[in-house]
Amino acid sequence: MRGVCPDGFDVFAVRGAIMMMQVTSISEGIVLDHITSGNGLKIFSKLNLAGLDHPVVLLMNVPSQRLGRKDIIKIQNIKDIDLAMIGLVDPSTTVNVISGGKIISKHKVGIPEVVRGLFKCSNPRCVTNSDTYAEPCFRLVDAESREYACEYCEETTRYRF
Amino acid sequence: MGIQGKSLIAPDDFTVEEIQTVISTAKEMMEVGPDAYRGLCADKILATLFYEPSTRTRLSFESAMLRMGGSVLGFGDANTSSVAKGESIADTVRVISHYADIAVMRHHKEGAPKLAAQYATIPVINGGDGGHQHPTQTLTDLLTVEICKGKLDEQVVAICGDLKFGRTVHSLIKTLTRLSIKKLILISPEELALPSYLRRELEQKGANMEEYTCLDEVIEVVDVLYMTRIQRERFFNEADYQRLKDTYILDARKLERAKQDMIIMHPLPRNNEIAYEVDDDPRAKYFEQAKCGVYARMALMSLQLGVL
Ligand SMILES: [Zn+2]
Repeated sequence: MRGVCPDGFDVFAVRGAIMMMQVTSISEGIVLDHITSGNGLKIFSKLNLAGLDHPVVLLMNVPSQRLGRKDIIKIQNIKDIDLAMIGLVDPSTTVNVISGGKIISKHKVGIPEVVRGLFKCSNPRCVTNSDTYAEPCFRLVDAESREYACEYCEETTRYRF
Repeated sequence: MGIQGKSLIAPDDFTVEEIQTVISTAKEMMEVGPDAYRGLCADKILATLFYEPSTRTRLSFESAMLRMGGSVLGFGDANTSSVAKGESIADTVRVISHYADIAVMRHHKEGAPKLAAQYATIPVINGGDGGHQHPTQTLTDLLTVEICKGKLDEQVVAICGDLKFGRTVHSLIKTLTRLSIKKLILISPEELALPSYLRRELEQKGANMEEYTCLDEVIEVVDVLYMTRIQRERFFNEADYQRLKDTYILDARKLERAKQDMIIMHPLPRNNEIAYEVDDDPRAKYFEQAKCGVYARMALMSLQLGVL
């Protein structure tokens, strides 16, 4: 059970009690919703959100009808975010872009087709592992197993967080 | 002409038409003879960037450029070059682009020639990158079939040996199916069979393909027999290697049942996949293949340089 109060307060029903939690105003920004419980912190650290100059809120273990529990991240003022990295960590994440206090777009990130520079090629003989000019770039070959083919050496790398 | 100015890193970089253009050009050069092309690249310079020694490939490229009247500069191993001082590939090729008109790179790191092509302003040819790609070998192989057997689409091509690890063999297989040969026969021990992703890819493209584990079973229907190296270190244990290696050795006895006009190919150097007694058989074409290599490279470079 979750509601949004007009004054910028989110309302959660936790263990039968109504708990009010003030979060930063998200009239402009991004809300990452439906993050599998436990993945919020991973996304938070992978995207280095602590290093932003804008308010960021990480909500963990929020009751969810769909997921039982979920994590939510709210980022104020930022609308441009590395969706590929979020998709790698948790493709079920929903991205809500907020503008003027309204959700102007909402979509599931999914598993990225192309990933640039986010992980290393597993092939020790690959040039991306020895030359700084060669930024590792991958193309998805199997969504189920999260296997990516390297653009340089064509070897497949299975992404593991 | 699409090939002019283009790099060749993997066979897939060229369309079927472009591959056919290289092959038909090479065939014509071979038929006319090298003398007619003596001045073709008179003002051109080939840079040979061999970060790992490969005398055979380097000499083949140098011979091809010299036969067309061009010049050659470069290095034959990384220890004698600025590379030894730690210069990056990107810097090296940006400099070399001012020294030469075309470059061939051999590198132990897989993907290095692709990186080079991204920074060079001249065409770059992959002369072999680790165990990854060796596209001029594929062009050489295709030319050899064309010269020794004629049209590709009339050939039953069998590839025998280690089909699991050799990426150059994978490239050859993919290119053969792109060029639609009559039938592809793959012969390997189960342990060294084609990787499943590649089999899936070929099946999706509707390749006419059969797989066997024994050369004897199928040799009588083959037009082109391509032998590959089976390396001891690919096996989990010595017993498996000893058990399997003889199955994949071509000798005079196995050849008795082969067609009289079948041709035998091998990228060389060989280990022991082809017994020395086979060398005297007129069907053995692996030394002819080395000759084709020079013409394939002449055709490729002259098309990339736009001098034809
Ligand atoms: Zn790689």
